[in-house]
Amino acid sequence: MVPLDYYLILGAVIFAIGVIGVLVRRNLIVVLMSIELMLNAVNLTFVAFSRYLGSMQGQVIVFFVMAVAAAEAVIGLAIVISVFRHRRSLDPQEMQLLKW
Amino acid sequence: MIVDIGIVAVKAFLVLFMVLNLAGILGWIERKGSALIQDRIGANRASVLGFAGMGLVNTLVADPLKFLTKEDFVPSQGDKFLHTLAPCMALFTALVTFAVIPFGDILVLGERVINLQVANLNIGILYVFAIGSLGVYGIVIGAWASNNKFSLLGGVRGSAQMISYEVAMGLSVIGILMVFGTLELQEIARGQGTLIRDMLPESAGFLKSTIGWLPAWGIFLQPLAFLLFFTAAVAETKRIPFDLPEGESELVAGYHVEYSGGKFLMFFAGEFAEIVTAAGLMTTLFFGGWQVPYLMRDGFHFPWGETVLLPHLAVTALQVAAFTLKVIFFCWLQILLRWSVPRFRYDQVMRLGWKMLLPLALLNVIVTAIVIIALQ
Amino acid sequence: MDASAILFYVISALLVLASLMVVFLRNVVHCALALVVALFLIAILFVMLHAPMVGVLQVLVYAGAIMVLFLFVIMFLNPTASEPRPKLWWGFGSLAALLLAASLAALLSNGGAPADPVAATEIFGSPETLAKSLFTDFVLPFEITSVLLLVAIIGAVVLAKREP
Repeated sequence: MVPLDYYLILGAVIFAIGVIGVLVRRNLIVVLMSIELMLNAVNLTFVAFSRYLGSMQGQVIVFFVMAVAAAEAVIGLAIVISVFRHRRSLDPQEMQLLKW
Repeated sequence: MIVDIGIVAVKAFLVLFMVLNLAGILGWIERKGSALIQDRIGANRASVLGFAGMGLVNTLVADPLKFLTKEDFVPSQGDKFLHTLAPCMALFTALVTFAVIPFGDILVLGERVINLQVANLNIGILYVFAIGSLGVYGIVIGAWASNNKFSLLGGVRGSAQMISYEVAMGLSVIGILMVFGTLELQEIARGQGTLIRDMLPESAGFLKSTIGWLPAWGIFLQPLAFLLFFTAAVAETKRIPFDLPEGESELVAGYHVEYSGGKFLMFFAGEFAEIVTAAGLMTTLFFGGWQVPYLMRDGFHFPWGETVLLPHLAVTALQVAAFTLKVIFFCWLQILLRWSVPRFRYDQVMRLGWKMLLPLALLNVIVTAIVIIALQ
Repeated sequence: MDASAILFYVISALLVLASLMVVFLRNVVHCALALVVALFLIAILFVMLHAPMVGVLQVLVYAGAIMVLFLFVIMFLNPTASEPRPKLWWGFGSLAALLLAASLAALLSNGGAPADPVAATEIFGSPETLAKSLFTDFVLPFEITSVLLLVAIIGAVVLAKREP
């Protein structure tokens, strides 16, 4: 059995890679996928803690995180589709109408 | 430790052997059976040394040789890696599902009790649904990698159909899970060995006298769920009447129009393997799996009191044979269905999945819950 | 160095590789498929952590449904314009993420976390235990989640409708 720290460091690394994706990529769908990656890193951390502390609450929270992530992915993609219809582009840089 | 791994390897090999052989034989049954249904002769030209074997040589020797020696091409603008990956995913997910389907009760060799199931997971049937949901990727990737509008349309239709009917399939099984109280397929198969009269409480005397002598198979306890599951499973395998994704007369060949040779053979074999898997699931959930009616671990115990004792190996052999026969029956039933009914239009398929199967499955769950509580 | 530790190292290396592929590949479909692989590997880690129910739900819901939805949208929108990749952005972004990873790792490595896991009973992480927790202690969030999913469905249908 590996020590808990290894799982936590792995979760942190995956989270950071997701952050790169959200900050840097100029394709809305890839940004959404990076957000999913971040959510999964958090799930991994929860499950690792649940195992090492012997409590089921971590896994129940992961269940809810998955449901919320599903809802968020659905709405995010619907927004992407409606934005694409108007702007014909998936580049976040081009969606600047609300910028002052 | 090594012996345990060896036993699992042997079981996995046996299951794969059975599934792949059955998939091959199903190809022959399909061609000859369809010929019988349509009052024609079917394929009988290829022969070895004058022996044509009712089309066996044609389907089992000539066809695979033809497929394997064809040129393997990838469409010019298509994605080469994904084009090769798609049929692998389709075949892999179809075969791997069989790991949790029990093909026998137990086999006692000396001191070792071997559970005749490749992997006894505590999540049992959820594993089947999870792998089934991964099966959608074979279609989606194959359609996308072909760089072809017809292919893309067929793939999108196919994956939408598959994910719709996954929901109905999962919900229709919930009734069985409530009755047997477990997710593990081996426990569900074992639970179907009791007689109905042993499952009912004393208050249901009327039911006990009329149907109490039947074994507690899923088909007797959940007939509506069986119909729903059968429909959903046929829709999942994209067979007629649900084969718009590969509609032969409408979309050329749907999502595998750009495939030929070995890759098409893999899609083809994957489809037959899915038929076998669907048949295996139907027998395990609704028809007792490996159960022979009234056969317990030591012999026959008939409800009218007579007992016939049998040695352990005979019992195990009978149970494995029963499982195989039931699976073959359901495969034949699906092939019969294919050549008997016309195909649904796509909007009819979607309407059936969402507006008819889903409410019926929910109704089944509610009625099952009420009956279970009333009978306690 | 027992088998489970070796498995962990292999899977975590593959997971980091898959996540990097999600973020760095040019073709969006390849990114989506790399994410599917990453989700599947995380499900394997869940099963290793004695959470089989959550692991199979991860494959069923995340890898099997949400990613199919992503692939649908990618295939429908079929974005052809290739995205620009200014080097300054990538440099600063990667630096920020590296700082984040380093600080998280440093913070998490010396907490009071137990080094060895509590002995796991047979039913830890099984469907029964999860369901028992879910329907007794967490029944209110469960019901609210179902309303949330309903709201998400309605919102998605309204947002993505074509203007007549």
